[in-house]
Amino acid sequence: MKHLKPVNQKAERVRHHLEATDQRDVVALQQGPLRPGIHVPLGCSFVFSPGWEVDIEGGTAGLCSPIERDLFDCYAGCFWPAQVPDELNHAPDWTATCAAAQKDWRKVDLIFP
Amino acid sequence: MAARFRTQHLHRFDAAGKAFLYLRSAAIFALDDVSRTILELLDTEPRAREEILAVLGTRWSVAELDEGLDELRRVQAIVPVNEAPQLIPKVIPLEPFPLTTMVMNVTNQCNLACTYCYEYGEDKLVDTANGTQPKFMSEETAKQSVDFMFREAGQNKVVHMTLFGGETLLNMPVLRVAIPYARQRATEVGKRVEFNLTTNGTLLQPDVIDFLIENDIAVTISIDGPQDMQDKFRVFHSGAGSYDVAMPKIRELLRRHTAKPIGARVTLTSQTLDAQRIFRHLTEEVGFREVGFAPVTTSPDRQYAIEDGGFDKMLGQFQALAKEFLAHALESRHHGFANVKDTLEEIHKGASKAYPCGAGLGLMGVATDGQVALCHRFAGSPDHALGTVDDGIDRARQAEFLDRHHIEHKTDCRTCWARPLCAGGCYHEAQTRYGTTDHPNLHYCDWIREWTDICLRIYGELAERNPVYLSRFEGRMTDEASQTS
Repeated sequence: MKHLKPVNQKAERVRHHLEATDQRDVVALQQGPLRPGIHVPLGCSFVFSPGWEVDIEGGTAGLCSPIERDLFDCYAGCFWPAQVPDELNHAPDWTATCAAAQKDWRKVDLIFP
Repeated sequence: MAARFRTQHLHRFDAAGKAFLYLRSAAIFALDDVSRTILELLDTEPRAREEILAVLGTRWSVAELDEGLDELRRVQAIVPVNEAPQLIPKVIPLEPFPLTTMVMNVTNQCNLACTYCYEYGEDKLVDTANGTQPKFMSEETAKQSVDFMFREAGQNKVVHMTLFGGETLLNMPVLRVAIPYARQRATEVGKRVEFNLTTNGTLLQPDVIDFLIENDIAVTISIDGPQDMQDKFRVFHSGAGSYDVAMPKIRELLRRHTAKPIGARVTLTSQTLDAQRIFRHLTEEVGFREVGFAPVTTSPDRQYAIEDGGFDKMLGQFQALAKEFLAHALESRHHGFANVKDTLEEIHKGASKAYPCGAGLGLMGVATDGQVALCHRFAGSPDHALGTVDDGIDRARQAEFLDRHHIEHKTDCRTCWARPLCAGGCYHEAQTRYGTTDHPNLHYCDWIREWTDICLRIYGELAERNPVYLSRFEGRMTDEASQTS
């Protein structure tokens, strides 16, 4: 802080708190320059999740399971609320009955608000 | 339309040629020219960023003004006018809240009959003369109280046991049992116990002084000053003044009991407001190390009640003593005006209180029958009971009390800048004035604000000119026991 100088112990704690919250743990990559520390990029654009074209290893053997792949990529890894329910807020148990997507995907029901 | 900013619950003060800011969080910041000028501008009326830039843009760059605004906003000195006021979250302290201080009323009898006494006088809460409570605490109850104190102290390593009355020394037999017992129990449970005793001084016989010294008991003497003042209200049942009886004994105590500082505790009334003269007498002529003053607690119609003009006079007296205190503190010398020292400590730490004091929280009073009350001033009052030493603290009742008395419910205090330190003031004062403990003490708001301002300015001077003095308040627990009144 430049224009306010902490004087008592409480002010010191306020300053400390504000500085700590300055160092946000999530930053946009465009925001640069990056603060020192480890940055782990997150988000769907960083995950190679090719869906029904090639699998995550680059193979093609187990393909053509579009719904179940898409389902989990949208629901968990990178939720896409317009298309499927989101795990974070609204439907944390949506896939509870679906232990293996390829086998159980029919058990995943509609969401009734 | 761009958001306009206004200042919020803040108090600005000058000290040592600098400008300071006291905030609702109880944080104190020194202002530079940029932040000070922005605040001055917003004092008159709310303004948008663009207006501020337009007025001050010739003196500072946009970047500097933006920085200043941002900092003021982040410490919550200013807020957008259309933003809903931020409510302080009502956090009820974790239960079971450990007991720090137990004030034990070993008797409700007194050999004096001070006119203004809250225990016997015209505003008393409990009928101590004809009531159901025993006049003296029994040995058994005293021991149970000690057990209660250690049981409720939780993780606290140190507990304070304050011996109180009535006139405490009227029950020497129980003191002679309870204190060694408390020491023994402290050793057994691995805690430390500190003793404090309040007395009017009239019964300080040589063997009593021996006892106080041997047991390392800190003593507080209730006394009102020079003879004419002391004898005005602090009288025996016959009406005779107590100065001549008490003073030689007090001098003897001061001469012999040197291990612990002995404090004087003065009650100010409309007729004894000369705090400077009282202070001189008690420190320089009698030899007390510290003197603390408190205005009498009374309903407003009593002749000794301090009213508006009286508060101004008292403030003037306090101000003069505070000035002396500052002169001493700047040279790191001791000055015995306890009221300033206690407030400075709270200011330095940045206390922002949800409750005005520790009553019902870390401090409780025990009546002669073992009933546990909010504090010693409520001891024996069934309406303010919080359990018994036998059954422990009634946690449900305590929770209800803490919920009801939280500062968020004192709407009168909502916009007051002095709220962090005052929090509405003494429960007992409120009970006496307004008939309920949850009412803020509105009759002395102006006084509190002016007094707080005086202390803040002293604090600012010390922070600038002798910060070493303030480091003494770091890491020290406030000794509630020494402030019992």
